Amino acid sequence: MSTDNSVVTPKRESLFSKKNRKLLKDPLSDSNPITIQVLGICSALAITVQLQQAVIMSLSVLFVMVSGNVLVSLLRNLIPDRIRIIVQLVIVASLVIIVDEVLKAYQPDISEKLSVFVGLIITNCIIMGRLEAFALANKPGPSVFDAIGNGMGYAWVLLVVSIVREIFGSGAISLPGMGQVKFLPQDWFVSSGGFYENNNLMILPPMALVVVGIIIWIQRSRNEALIED
Amino acid sequence: MTINKNNTGYTFLFSILMVLIVGTALAYTSLSLKPLQKKNAADKKMVDILGAIGVATTRGGAETDFPSYVKERLSINSDGNVLNSSSGNVDPADSSDPFNIDVKKDYRSKKPASELSFPLYVCESMLGDTVYVIPVVGSGLWGPIWGFVALESDMNTIYGAKFDHKTETPGLGAEIKDNEFSDKFKGQKLRDASPYFTILKGGRPIEDQYSVDGITGGTITSVGVGEMIDRTITIYQHYFESAINSSDLL
Repeated sequence: MSTDNSVVTPKRESLFSKKNRKLLKDPLSDSNPITIQVLGICSALAITVQLQQAVIMSLSVLFVMVSGNVLVSLLRNLIPDRIRIIVQLVIVASLVIIVDEVLKAYQPDISEKLSVFVGLIITNCIIMGRLEAFALANKPGPSVFDAIGNGMGYAWVLLVVSIVREIFGSGAISLPGMGQVKFLPQDWFVSSGGFYENNNLMILPPMALVVVGIIIWIQRSRNEALIED
Repeated sequence: MTINKNNTGYTFLFSILMVLIVGTALAYTSLSLKPLQKKNAADKKMVDILGAIGVATTRGGAETDFPSYVKERLSINSDGNVLNSSSGNVDPADSSDPFNIDVKKDYRSKKPASELSFPLYVCESMLGDTVYVIPVVGSGLWGPIWGFVALESDMNTIYGAKFDHKTETPGLGAEIKDNEFSDKFKGQKLRDASPYFTILKGGRPIEDQYSVDGITGGTITSVGVGEMIDRTITIYQHYFESAINSSDLL
């Protein structure tokens, strides 16, 4: 964990103080960027057909988010107020281009499937939102926690949605580097005389919205404070 | 030390420094990853060429599969004369190898066809027939589209096709990439004169041999596919004519 040593604080906070834990935990549930704030939905709908894409996408967003938050937080006393959004945008855009180039070099197939959505991380509202709302006003330490919390909050929804969609849509599970593993026996399928058929609707983007909707439903029924009038 | 963050001079200084640092970092990343990305692109090209003749292969297997199906790589000029030929394994550093002709770059350069050379892949299908694969490049709605069209030895019947795109709309134009679209080309014919082949928007007679249905909601991309096939065939037609004439003499 990187904590900030350059700024001398009168009273050092412990790494897992209540405040820091809250920063990590809140975005996972009660202020989840996708299910509660409904940000970053575009990519969540588009790339959750397979688990491997969701994993790579989550890691990319997590990387951009943590590095972006730390950089902006380190520079927060230097960034001129009038161009602060431009500066944030440049930081996020450069990080995203680096991610895109690295994926093209090391994960060409997944990079191709994610296509424009890696580039669209730049416009992911979660990232700009956290930079503007948190990193610009806080020290790098808490910013890292905030970024990890929000990144993970984005990631778990993506992973759950893609697992559901891949199992029911393709009858398989895939992980980066392992390819797609079809675990259902071939003779279960109607095409070879069985009873089972993959649900094609699951592969289409609308079903991602339905799955996200179900997650929101479960979440709100468990915590009534989240329900708006 | 306190900095006046709202000073105009400071704002300019900050921006200039930021651009310099970011620019250097990005240039470094791009340059250091270039060789790997080039290799990936070459592998992908082989996978696509083999895909056009119906051979399914992977990135890892492309390098060994490619020479066993692609018997000869020719480069021809716009008059249909063969300029260069090579076979066997692809050497990415050999600029005379027709495989290394960058048709996308040539398309972007907007040079007249007479100044360019065009690659042609003479392949052997899985059944042992001779198949000619032609690379095609064009423009979709948002960016470049490209692909490979395979012709049977009569140089008139489409044996197979494979298309790809950079930034077409997912679910609409992007579907040119799917086999569902490219499979429709199999067995279709080319007309004797331009337009050699068309992609139609609705109302296509089922018996029409010289066209396929475009993608609903992806009209501009579909039209782009038709345009690139027609433009490219127009150039290769000279070669086909001379090739067919010379085989008639034998």
